[in-house]
Amino acid sequence: MEYSPPPFFKRGPSLFTRFTFFSILSVVLLVADARLNYLTLLRQSVAAVVYPLQRLSSMPGALVARVGDFFTTQSQLQRDNEQLRRQELLHTGALQMGKSLESENQHLRQLLGLRERLPRAFTAAEILYSNRDPFTRRVVVDKGFQHGVKAGQAVVDETGVVGQVTRVFPWVSEVTLVTDKEQAVPVQSVRSGLRGITFGVGYDGTLNLPFMPVNADIQNGDLLVTSGIDGTYPPGLPVAVVSNIERNAAYPFARITCTPSAGVTSFSQVLIVSAADPLPANPVTDEESGARGRKAKK
Amino acid sequence: MNIDWLRAPPGGRASPQEILLPVKTRYIALTLISALVLDLCALPGMLQQIRPDFIALTLIYWVVYHPRRVGFLPAWSLGLLMDVADGSLFGQHALAYAVLMYLAILLHRRIVMFGMRQQIAHVLAILISSQLIMLGVRLMAGADFPGALYFVPSLLGAALWPLLFNVIRVPLRPRSDPDAV
Repeated sequence: MEYSPPPFFKRGPSLFTRFTFFSILSVVLLVADARLNYLTLLRQSVAAVVYPLQRLSSMPGALVARVGDFFTTQSQLQRDNEQLRRQELLHTGALQMGKSLESENQHLRQLLGLRERLPRAFTAAEILYSNRDPFTRRVVVDKGFQHGVKAGQAVVDETGVVGQVTRVFPWVSEVTLVTDKEQAVPVQSVRSGLRGITFGVGYDGTLNLPFMPVNADIQNGDLLVTSGIDGTYPPGLPVAVVSNIERNAAYPFARITCTPSAGVTSFSQVLIVSAADPLPANPVTDEESGARGRKAKK
Repeated sequence: MNIDWLRAPPGGRASPQEILLPVKTRYIALTLISALVLDLCALPGMLQQIRPDFIALTLIYWVVYHPRRVGFLPAWSLGLLMDVADGSLFGQHALAYAVLMYLAILLHRRIVMFGMRQQIAHVLAILISSQLIMLGVRLMAGADFPGALYFVPSLLGAALWPLLFNVIRVPLRPRSDPDAV
């Protein structure tokens, strides 16, 4: 036990020197990461080391889940099966309608001389875990750049927009949820056609629709869908439902709170939407029906 | 002078000052890797947010009881690994672990002399200060304060200190009683 080392032996640099050295090193890394975004390569190479350990450490939990799956009762399986069959029937109907709408839409667009919407590819991914960092709202999904995922792609689930891919590692990637403080989504109200941008609030899992005038045509229960003018999110996907509006004449803007449509907190499968085509030369109008047909096509 | 630590622990009970076998570097590495695995494993929902930082606890243990065996470099590198695994700012955990190492080395002579309750208080102070460093870094980078739940990992970590203390010492206890003669 090293309670009293002989003072006449050299022990290397003093405690305070070592502490200062490593603190300055950390601060340099922090600034390089936060302000200059220089460290993508370094982060990816460290991630390649961490990834096997992460998989290894998640194995017992995955095993337990698998054993739990094995003991699913037959009645539950039957129920699920029936429900899925019914859903598929409904979806097939919608799909056929969507196909006819799509061809009609294409025809009309040709008549109007508008640019055709390119179909987008979807990659199915599974949410592995939510990020431990308590300051952000992010999840990690099991597809990385080995599977063709790129930073900036939109992520949706069956009920709406989940978020956007922000960091890509070889086998996993990090998705920032729409409820994150720094995440913005361009939206449009289905009822009034009003355009705006939602921001995540960060701490309570809701969204905020800022910079809307007090007399803006927004009501409780309005569905906000992606407007598609950013070129990242395909147009017409549900983002949020307006849940609370505070109109106070003392302030220039109304305080509008929305609840996200997608199950952004539940663990499930998501779809990563392939990168958008470059913005068209002339603006494309938004049509919800066309977009819905495209979504159902997958 | 206090020579109580020369005596064997009463009834085999773990006391902070029992005599142990010499520690192999391999064993230290093993405990740190196990702590890393415990920190990395995916937990459902809220548990993820309140999980204590096992790496910080293990580092504190080794630095307090064997201050010359674990240096700043391994602690700092583990911090970088945690930053990548957490998706936090690069260097945030590394800085927090550097502060933790500094405080733990500074206080180690005092901590080993204390009983379990006072040790828990010291460990809590060290864990909270390393979390405060991370909080300060993130607030400066533009994040919001995530709420009082943010400090739960430190509280849980300090509460787990006696358990960790005993678990780490299991392979280090001499197999036969040294006072048997």
